[in-house]
Amino acid sequence: MSLLEISNVSVSFGGLRAVNEVALTVNEGEIVSIIGPNGAGKTTFFNCITGMVKPDSGSIRFQGTELIGMDPNQVTTLGIGRTFQNVRLFPNMTILENIMVAQHCRTEQGVWGALFQTRGFKKEEKEIRERANTVLDFFGTRLAGYRREQPAFVLSYANRRRLEIARAMATMPTLLMLDEPTAGMNPRETKELTQLIGKLRDEWGYAIVMIEHDMKVVGTVSDRVVVLDHGEKLTEGDYETVTHDPRVIEAYLGRPPEDA
Amino acid sequence: MATLDQPQISRSRGRFAGQWVDGFVMLIRIVAIVIITWGLVQFIVQSASGTGGLTGPAFRDLLVAGLAQGAMYGLLALGYSMVYGVLGFINFAHGEVFMAGTVISFFISNALFNAGWWEEAFLLSLLIVLLSSMIISTLTAVIIERVAYRPLRNAPRLIPLITSIGVSFFLQNAFFGLFGPAVKSYPRPPEWLTSRRTILGFEIEGTKLLVIVIAIVASIGLYLFITRTKTGKAMRAVAEDKEIAALMGINVDRTIVTTFAVGGAMAGVAGLSWAILFRGVSFITGFIPGIKAFTAAVVGGIGNLAGAMGGGVFLGLAESVAPLVILEPLGVTGVSQLKDAVAFAVLVLVLIFRPTGLFGERLSARDRV
Amino acid sequence: MSVDWSRARFYGINGGITLAFICAIGMVEAFDSRSVINPGLTLGIVALVWVPPLLAYLATRRKALEGFEAEPAGAQDLGAGALVGVITGLILVVFVWGVDALLEAGVAIRDVFPRLSPAMIEIVTFGRGLGAGLTILFVGCVGLATAGAALHLLSRPVRRGIEFGLLYVLAFSLLEPVVTDILEDNADALYARTGGLKPSAAAVIFLLTGAITAWTTHRNAPSIRTRYGRMDLDVQRRVTIAGVLISLALFGILPRFLGGIMNELLANIGLFVLMALGLNVVIGLAGILDLGYVAFFAVGAYGTAVLTSPGSPAFSPELSWWVALPIVIILATLAGLVVGTPVIRMRGDYLAIVTLGFGEIVRILFLSDWLSSSFGGSQGIRQIPGIEWFTGEIKGVDPERIFYMVAIFVLVAVYVSWRLQYSRIGRSWMAMREDETVAEAMGINTVTAKLLAFIIGAILASWGGAIFAAKVGSVFPNSFELLVSIIVLVVVIVGGMGNIPGVILGAALLIGVLGGPTQPGLLQEFQEYKLLIYGALLVVVMLVRPEGLLPSTYRSRELHHEEMDQDAWLKAGVGAGIDEEEPAL
Repeated sequence: MSLLEISNVSVSFGGLRAVNEVALTVNEGEIVSIIGPNGAGKTTFFNCITGMVKPDSGSIRFQGTELIGMDPNQVTTLGIGRTFQNVRLFPNMTILENIMVAQHCRTEQGVWGALFQTRGFKKEEKEIRERANTVLDFFGTRLAGYRREQPAFVLSYANRRRLEIARAMATMPTLLMLDEPTAGMNPRETKELTQLIGKLRDEWGYAIVMIEHDMKVVGTVSDRVVVLDHGEKLTEGDYETVTHDPRVIEAYLGRPPEDA
Repeated sequence: MATLDQPQISRSRGRFAGQWVDGFVMLIRIVAIVIITWGLVQFIVQSASGTGGLTGPAFRDLLVAGLAQGAMYGLLALGYSMVYGVLGFINFAHGEVFMAGTVISFFISNALFNAGWWEEAFLLSLLIVLLSSMIISTLTAVIIERVAYRPLRNAPRLIPLITSIGVSFFLQNAFFGLFGPAVKSYPRPPEWLTSRRTILGFEIEGTKLLVIVIAIVASIGLYLFITRTKTGKAMRAVAEDKEIAALMGINVDRTIVTTFAVGGAMAGVAGLSWAILFRGVSFITGFIPGIKAFTAAVVGGIGNLAGAMGGGVFLGLAESVAPLVILEPLGVTGVSQLKDAVAFAVLVLVLIFRPTGLFGERLSARDRV
Repeated sequence: MSVDWSRARFYGINGGITLAFICAIGMVEAFDSRSVINPGLTLGIVALVWVPPLLAYLATRRKALEGFEAEPAGAQDLGAGALVGVITGLILVVFVWGVDALLEAGVAIRDVFPRLSPAMIEIVTFGRGLGAGLTILFVGCVGLATAGAALHLLSRPVRRGIEFGLLYVLAFSLLEPVVTDILEDNADALYARTGGLKPSAAAVIFLLTGAITAWTTHRNAPSIRTRYGRMDLDVQRRVTIAGVLISLALFGILPRFLGGIMNELLANIGLFVLMALGLNVVIGLAGILDLGYVAFFAVGAYGTAVLTSPGSPAFSPELSWWVALPIVIILATLAGLVVGTPVIRMRGDYLAIVTLGFGEIVRILFLSDWLSSSFGGSQGIRQIPGIEWFTGEIKGVDPERIFYMVAIFVLVAVYVSWRLQYSRIGRSWMAMREDETVAEAMGINTVTAKLLAFIIGAILASWGGAIFAAKVGSVFPNSFELLVSIIVLVVVIVGGMGNIPGVILGAALLIGVLGGPTQPGLLQEFQEYKLLIYGALLVVVMLVRPEGLLPSTYRSRELHHEEMDQDAWLKAGVGAGIDEEEPAL
């Protein structure tokens, strides 16, 4: 059974059809890239899956469970983690705290444990910290050492994007949804992050759905590519096929001038 | 094979919380509807059989009173709505803007009364008092904006709200200190105004009629100002999106000051209405009407000026009618004490069930989350 | 950057208006009965005297850009200060002269401004009549203002010495009842018989504390906070524990030395600390602005009243206070749920107003005739018994024991707030406060988190209510006005939101000095003006220092982080949180 089965999802805002009858399947351990010109409805589509926007019609099944109608925190609990297009960290919490709080849905200690400092509470706090450090270690020296106790707003842009991803990882998902993970990064940073995304699939076993504009990234790491334009799915397939499809080229570049 | 050990926890605990909340809210909705309909039914039954309820003329009087008071709330609500539309926060101190106008104008009315003008040239006196109330309220609003709100233009959302609470407190107690705690009573309007007259078959007190007329005139004036003048258009633009308006060459600071000023002027008119209707003013006069006017603004749809007036009228009617029409038939005693509670209940119910208001809210781009 | 003359003029005008205002609201007259320095300085004069120097000081303050040195002050600043004084003095003189003239002419200005009395004019002219008095006033304004500006000329240690010296003198004057209670007859060395510091004592205090402050500033010793922050974590913990134990010991012993009135004040402070800690959980930790907080206090008080008092109209089980307490906790939990559930999905400001509405509805219901069969209406419920204890019943007539009881609950509240803040729940609250949408996306159930905050806040407030009911012996609806919610809000904000020591300090300072809604503080003369000061304080704090007196590092980050960003970049280099890029791969 595939991990994520989306069929005929449509969303309208007022008169505008943002997403129109889009269908998609994602299997375990694969990376699917969603590409398309700006305004194609990609982030809205993401928001449908994670529960922030309620689609007007269609069905989104994750490991058999219907997601439509769920609150975002329920979707995350089921095992879908996401990043945001315009990095939305918790800026005044420390880097470590950002990662620790993301484990909220995987932990259970409550008021009792906190007040009476039970063994279970202390054990869980220790585990939360360890897991946080493990996730941060994934990014090597970037988010290392003393920095973890500093507030998140001191981070540079590239490191903020990495922290976003680390935070999504900390929710211990089965499926990671990355919204333009390399946006605004320079070529060296982009190359590094692309490799890390590959590692996320190969070593950590995540399935990944990724919105991306950088074709090099898409080409290097995707198993499958899906193209959205004006809210509709134009085509899907492997990178080579899709990028040579004339409809896709037309969507990005416009119609070639009529030969006189 | 994720590299993190997945803890074995089933996460069903919090899943139902959202459902409980929705269920509870549905319960409140049902209870409110039941109370209202049952009360109405009882009212009709009791009125018809003469065992309780109200007589036709009494009911009409209630409606008129509610309408007049609602017109006043509407005028005040305009100020809340405008400021919220432009700056995105509740100006708690608007009630005190209203109070300042009406308290200081009292002294003017007193002087006019002592000079004999109040009796002899009543309409002229009324005009003078109206002008003074509007000027004082406008000044107060503008000063508050400059001192307390402008420095906080970019602060996180709740900070200006908290500041406005402080301003409200300060103004109330400043007036208490300056003018003393005693209630000051405006001189009685002359007999020919307070008498009842028959309009379209309705018997209505002259004072209430005057208040309604003033409110209508003020609303029309405001409408023309907002839609026809350049300043009005600038206000609407700034309310829509401050940054883009600035890019279009609009002086945002000045427009915001104008917004406060216009809101203050409307509050000044409301101040005169209060003087005519209730006559007694003191430092505390602005507090409850301020909250009720905010309720009216929300009920009508915040940012929506026509809605503010509509919401005001709705609240005035509800407050006047509900205690005797819904609560008393249900056996609640001493309903006149509960008038304020009704207004608060309307506030709570509207914010829970229809926070966008009856007529739809108009928020700036930034606030439309 | 040279002197800004227009700013000096502006401050001068504001100063004059402020002084006229202070006279017109009657502060001068009301405060005149209290001596700060006896003889020499009454509180009435102090109410005026602080304005010219402060405004002149602010007007001549120079802003230094980061990395630049401030231009040294010079004679021009003195001139600007003098200008401030001249304008202020002129306005005040004209005002006083005008009022006097009007009074003499028989104009009935007191019908409009009842507080403009001849007595006020007497005080302000130092009893020397109009000519001499107004001259002294004017010269005084100019002199004080110039002195205020002159502060800039002094070196930093001397300036701080003067500032702190004055502060300590004021503090000793304020704390006269406390000090006399502790020192008893020895206090005669400090205080005059009719109240107020002896001039000699005042001078000694000023010089001593000023000198010490100047010396420590000169040595540039790092502040206690910085030194604390630099310690190793275990050392830090040991220091904290030591500090807490010492404070506990001090507070444990203090009431023994204090008289009844001071203990009553301490007990009131304690009750407000309890409420402030509860509101701190709701506002400071969870970020929910609850303006109807007094409703939970009322639930605690009326709950206790109904359950324990034989005078409870409808239903009087006459339980003991301790048996009633768990029931009251359950009631508070239910109240927290009832208030919290409908508002869960609202945006912040609407939530604030709705909770305000709830608070008022609760009060109106408790006051109403309709429910008076259960709650006594405007008569309230009386004959509430005290709290049983091994040593007898604890009632309001024994403020010392009440204080200890309050203190116990305060300690529990502090513990609860502290533990929750640094736990999984505290983190989820913080995340929710930062960005609610993203917090939801990270798997946090904001519904349960918010409800939990409401419930904890409600429970803490209800404890305050329960003790209050037993202390006073009766409950009336007038004790549960919106005013109480606002005062607790001011305390939390001025003290420092989200910060337990800050909240305690805020309560101690505000309630102690100014007093609560109905309870007097150290300065009984402030009774009429305390709400005015509360309002002004709230506005000033929001404008100048919204993170409060003792900000949590977290909160100053939140409110000033553009500045901190900038500073971090300018202080540049490794180890300040700036990223260095790795060498090319």
